[in-house]
Amino acid sequence: MIAYIIRRMLYAIPILIGVNVLTFVLFFVVNTPDDMARMHLGMKHVTPEAVEKWKEERGYNKPLLINSDETGTAVLSNTIFYEKSVGLFAFRFGRSDEGRDIAYDISQRMWPSLAIALPVFLVGLLTNISISMLLAFFRATYIDITGVITGVVLMSISSLFYIISGQYLISKLWHLVPISGFDIGTNAIKFLILPVIIGVIGGIGSGTRWYRTIFLEEINKDYVRTARAKGLSELRVLFRHVLKNAMIPILTGVVVVIPLLFMGSLITESFFGIPGLGSYTIDAIQKQDFAIVRAMVFLGTVLYIIGLILTDISYTLVDPRIRLE
Amino acid sequence: MKFVMLWTDLLVYILCLSVFSFSMYARKREYLLAPWKQVIRSRLGAMSFIILMAYIAIGFLDSIHFREQIKSEENKAEIVYSGEVISLLDWIAEPIRLAQEKTYSAPFATHLYTKETIELEDGSQIRDYRRLEHGGAHLVEPSDRASDIARLVFIGLVKGVGIWLLFGALIVIVLASRWRCSTRKVITTIRYTQRERLPWRTIFVTFGALFIFIALTTQLGGKYHILGTDKVGQDVFYQTIKSIRTGLVIGTLTTLIMLPFAIMLGIMAGYYRGKVDDVIQYLYTTLSSIPGVLLITAAILILQVYMANNPDAFGSLTERADIRLLFLCIILGITSWTGLCRLLRGEALKLRELDYVQAATAFGVNDFVIIVRHILPNVMHIVLISVVLDFSGLVLAEAVLSYVGVGVDPSMISWGNMINSARLEMAREPVVWWPLFAAFILMFVLVLCANLFSDAVRDAFDPRLRARG
Repeated sequence: MIAYIIRRMLYAIPILIGVNVLTFVLFFVVNTPDDMARMHLGMKHVTPEAVEKWKEERGYNKPLLINSDETGTAVLSNTIFYEKSVGLFAFRFGRSDEGRDIAYDISQRMWPSLAIALPVFLVGLLTNISISMLLAFFRATYIDITGVITGVVLMSISSLFYIISGQYLISKLWHLVPISGFDIGTNAIKFLILPVIIGVIGGIGSGTRWYRTIFLEEINKDYVRTARAKGLSELRVLFRHVLKNAMIPILTGVVVVIPLLFMGSLITESFFGIPGLGSYTIDAIQKQDFAIVRAMVFLGTVLYIIGLILTDISYTLVDPRIRLE
Repeated sequence: MKFVMLWTDLLVYILCLSVFSFSMYARKREYLLAPWKQVIRSRLGAMSFIILMAYIAIGFLDSIHFREQIKSEENKAEIVYSGEVISLLDWIAEPIRLAQEKTYSAPFATHLYTKETIELEDGSQIRDYRRLEHGGAHLVEPSDRASDIARLVFIGLVKGVGIWLLFGALIVIVLASRWRCSTRKVITTIRYTQRERLPWRTIFVTFGALFIFIALTTQLGGKYHILGTDKVGQDVFYQTIKSIRTGLVIGTLTTLIMLPFAIMLGIMAGYYRGKVDDVIQYLYTTLSSIPGVLLITAAILILQVYMANNPDAFGSLTERADIRLLFLCIILGITSWTGLCRLLRGEALKLRELDYVQAATAFGVNDFVIIVRHILPNVMHIVLISVVLDFSGLVLAEAVLSYVGVGVDPSMISWGNMINSARLEMAREPVVWWPLFAAFILMFVLVLCANLFSDAVRDAFDPRLRARG
């Protein structure tokens, strides 16, 4: 299995290089550092000197890909591409346009993101699976139909609406929790309750629907009929047989997102004023700070690939027949 | 009148034309028609189909753009066109579009929502709510509002029900001549819906609701602001109707743009295997590893910079917003084709081993013909299901992207922009709730219908589900 994991990690390298080149082309070739400088300094009345100064402060004054003034390896290394891209592989993200260390910012902002994403993920998973097992237990009855229709209705509501109306009702009208903000330690709980509840409710519609299909697919299989023929009760069949066998399709969707929890949620964090990675990214987008956006793209890709590898490993845990060769 | 064709308009026409020509082609071919008949036969499928059609009709009216002629007094020979590009829908809804107030006003209000200083005739000044210029302006005494609204609602209901009954009678007569039986028999068939026939009762009820809704809004919309006005005094009902086109364009054009790539690359990867497969797999794994929102953001930021640097390349404000919408569709398409591509690759891998493909290969049929004649028709159900399933997600994504600031142009009317500004309006005291409400209701109905319709389509087209019955 170790050989398999190592091979998967090696496969990741060309993908990361691809992502890197793509973001480089998007941010530096299509949109040259001169454009960036003008954008930051204001579009009109920008002197060429100011542009040069801005570029020099951030190390954007070098050639893009090939530096013909240098000799030897410096032809390639003394360029923007080398300096801004190779460091990413060692998680050296460099400095943002404001001069802050991006890696430090990320390490600080990761925890608030996690504090909100992890409860949403766990509580959401538990609620969705419980509700969908309930629907599967009462399949083809009015309880099931009502549940499915409610699910479609919940699914059709924009997540923004959940957040705006939740903030309005619970914080503004009933004054139960603060509208937004964040604090350290246990004080954070009162800020986290609302976003977590909204996050869970927002996911119920599509979540239960997805798990219900998985359970119903399993329920129609032969081994379930055998189990019933042995005289097992329906509850026992559901929990001992169906749930266990449904783990594989469930894991496929679930494990991939675990590493991405670090990235936080763009929308939730910015609405609730939580200083996590999601709001970090949004701020960077709005300030057009490409160094941060690029670092976040790279980080997201790495975490996604880790998630894929974790998914494969988790299969071996729930299904002994699967061996990673 | 001078006809103006925007880029998205062109693609909308192409889309409508291809759907129309497909339906003409499928009319005589029972195997193509059978699953669609099944979709319409389910009650939810029929209901959501009719409502979606109503949305599409509005979106289509809003896709015919032109510039109006300005009547110039001095020089009759010279024809001058207005700089403003308007659509057929704008032209129809002109009374609502031009009924501009000063600022916020509540639904059905006769006065503004905020107090301001009014100068009286005798020169003294008081702070009060000013009368609206258009909403309820026909009332002499604002206290008559309730009875006036009741009267208009009554007239609207009568008109709506009247049109509905006429329409129903027309349908019954047409059906009687087609089925060659008496109208009485047609009515009994409609009242007791059978499974193998169309759900006529549901169809009639849906049309009834639609007609009454249209009659009521046209009756009330000209005299009042049904859903109030927004910050700059524009009618919110007009805005939310205008947003329909934006939502539909994002939901349909995105898939239209990505479809050729996804189909071609997916089938090629599965059919040729080997090196081709490796390259295509690498391509889509790389693209799908990048978090979608960030890739979209990157692309939109670049477009913004490009537009800021080349202001001359884009004509009017409308054209500029349109280019941005098109670009958003393209980039959304690039981020969302990978899923379909992966599915098609798997299916093509399976299909190429089947007997009829093997037989074709043995006969020496070339690869292109095999793909087009034998593989493509057999993966179309997957394509169709994924297109329909993606639609509602894309409409919802538009709102989120507009909030992040990388969605459609801020000058373009869309549900995303409406919800975005609602964030501040909900924090006001007293609260301004109607723009959020308006955007929410129309978006909700569209997405709900799209979800219900896609369920019906999946049930009808998925062979696994079909076999189970």
